[in-house]
Amino acid sequence: MKHTLLARVQDQPGVLNRVASLFRRRAFNIDSLTVGASESKGISRMTIVVDATRTSARLVAANLGKLVAVEEVTDVTHLPTIARDLALIRVRCAQEERGPVHDLVAGFRARVADVGSDSVIVEATGTEEDLNALVELLRPRGVLEIVRTGRVAMVRGNNGNGSES
Amino acid sequence: MAEAARRRRTGGETMSGAEILWECLVREGVDTVFGYPGGAILPAYDALGRFPIHHVLVRHEQGAAHVADGYARASGRVGVAVATSGPGATNLTTGIATAMLDSVPTVFITGQVPSKLLGTDAFQETDVTGITLPITKHNELVTDVTRLAAALREAFAIARSGRPGPVLVDICKDVQQARTTFEWPEDPARSGWSAPAPDPGQLARAADMIAASERPLILAGHGIVRAGASHILTALAEKADIPVALTLLGLGGFPASHSLSLGMMGMHGEAYVNRAIQRADLIIALGMRFDDRVTGKLETFARHARKIHVELDPSEIGKNVPVDVALQADVREALEALVPLVPSRHHRAWLEEIAEGREDTRARDLLQQPDDGRLYAAHVIRELWRATGGNALVVTDVGQHQMWEAQYYPHERPRSLVTSGGLGTMGFALPAAIGAKMACPDAEVWVVAGDGGFQMTQCELATLRQENLDVKIAVVNNGFLGMVRQWQEFFYEKRYSATPLLSPDFAALAAAYGLPGCTVTSRSGMEAAIAAMRASPQGGLIDFRVEREEAVYPMVPSGADIGDMIRRPAQAPAEEGATA
Repeated sequence: MKHTLLARVQDQPGVLNRVASLFRRRAFNIDSLTVGASESKGISRMTIVVDATRTSARLVAANLGKLVAVEEVTDVTHLPTIARDLALIRVRCAQEERGPVHDLVAGFRARVADVGSDSVIVEATGTEEDLNALVELLRPRGVLEIVRTGRVAMVRGNNGNGSES
Repeated sequence: MAEAARRRRTGGETMSGAEILWECLVREGVDTVFGYPGGAILPAYDALGRFPIHHVLVRHEQGAAHVADGYARASGRVGVAVATSGPGATNLTTGIATAMLDSVPTVFITGQVPSKLLGTDAFQETDVTGITLPITKHNELVTDVTRLAAALREAFAIARSGRPGPVLVDICKDVQQARTTFEWPEDPARSGWSAPAPDPGQLARAADMIAASERPLILAGHGIVRAGASHILTALAEKADIPVALTLLGLGGFPASHSLSLGMMGMHGEAYVNRAIQRADLIIALGMRFDDRVTGKLETFARHARKIHVELDPSEIGKNVPVDVALQADVREALEALVPLVPSRHHRAWLEEIAEGREDTRARDLLQQPDDGRLYAAHVIRELWRATGGNALVVTDVGQHQMWEAQYYPHERPRSLVTSGGLGTMGFALPAAIGAKMACPDAEVWVVAGDGGFQMTQCELATLRQENLDVKIAVVNNGFLGMVRQWQEFFYEKRYSATPLLSPDFAALAAAYGLPGCTVTSRSGMEAAIAAMRASPQGGLIDFRVEREEAVYPMVPSGADIGDMIRRPAQAPAEEGATA
């Protein structure tokens, strides 16, 4: 099954390489990996989705935790989380179709972020399932290009994968 | 003088990166380093003479890495090797990987091209932190002199902490030349991970399982040696009357002469040990990682046993073998907490059952076979053990002789055997023995190597001579890459592809390096040669021309059930007094 891991990592050159190298070497399969700034200076946060058994997911977390630059790893798969993916979708769209496309994506709380002469870029955030559904809905119109961030996640309530302060 | 000069450097003054490097090493307690100079590390070598550090010049950087490794294994202190950029650094890598697989605390210092030239394919530039990323516990490229002291402080802390391992610090040439105010960080900002205190609930469960077990068995590994847990392991074994089997790297962690000691398990462990594993109802695995050379076929490994795993490294727990009680902890701390919880017991029936298997093993032992006077490696090792009273510090290479050493040289003390287990690095023995001798100058250090592996790093004979070290070398010479030949004999219908081996006259080779050397071709010459070598104050080499096609018995074929071993055919026991 899919496991979602959150990792607090030191923002230093080569950290992403270390994490990626670990996955490659141990033959763990990454579904997605996102990394970006966190609330603390010098600390980034990664959201890693792996397709693994419960034991393998534990070993992934244990191996990640051994990297010097990784400060904390939490497997949030079985915790209540907010998990989101961002997608930009370029859809073929003649001028007269802009209205219907606009209405269609509004149902997904998505929006048209850019308008070209015969295409538009739809910007959507949501769960992976939501975005998959949106893509399927747009597909008959002609999906020209998709770029997705992969999952970012945060634990609900007060207890996250955060620093003590 | 150097010491006085050093004392004046109290911090807060301007120093070059090169000086900071050595000053940090001195403060970490380093008095000896092993290395080979070159362009990108020249500023460091230029400053070296001003510090109380003895530099040992090796003949190849792989040797430097193994020397540092042997130094660390024999002493428990951090071993340090130094090399230049490019080929100097890439030559280290076999030794770094060796230290990684066996969790040896080592620090590697490499010079790197000036920071402005990074990424330009400059002369002798390689991406050393990239190359060593998967074979180090941690590494860092230092491009700014103000970062250097902290990077080195962290390197030593990380190398020592948790499950120890190699750390590499790659220092740009201009960083060595640049000057900055020296500030020694008292506490390293990053020191790597360490194990939590043992969980009381898991401890209680472990104690309950031990109390309920009728056929318990302890499998002890390198972690016992690392943690200095031999005494508490003995206390556990004696209190609960539990036999102890050891991994290759665990040998010496439990005294071989102890009545509860079974010896080595696994691929070349004795058959009764592996049978005990398969018959046990409880496995207590202490500081070992269920390596494939230990478990054989995982599906059939210790099927009837519940399993307790005490292990420092969380990523080793459940990796190969599912366990019932997982105790992530320092093995010594865990045992100190566990022993009081465990009831005193006797397991007479279980120990008798194991003892019966021992009789059968004894009957098949080569040393019990009718005496034909021929020289077998087993005789050599057993005579080494007898002559040294079992008190030598033995450093082996990798192959058949390594397994014979494990079988015929019983070790009583931790760190009395230095051997490359995880990586199985041929060429390890001679350089590692140089390190072991420098770490333990009072020890009687013996190299036991094959004719194949010895030739891989025999250039270090010059290092040995230059340092005037008394290291005694036994080359177990059978004219083959013996272990590979054995696999070809057993599994490839005796097609000896690329295993027959021509060697130099090793005794003459030793003499060329200014070391005593002799050749032994028969059993009758063995004892006197070993006695003479023991008396030699400058060490030397004995070339033992042993039986060419002897195999290491017993053997679990790779990936087979460990209970299913290839064994030496049983023969009638020898006449009394006929054995060595």
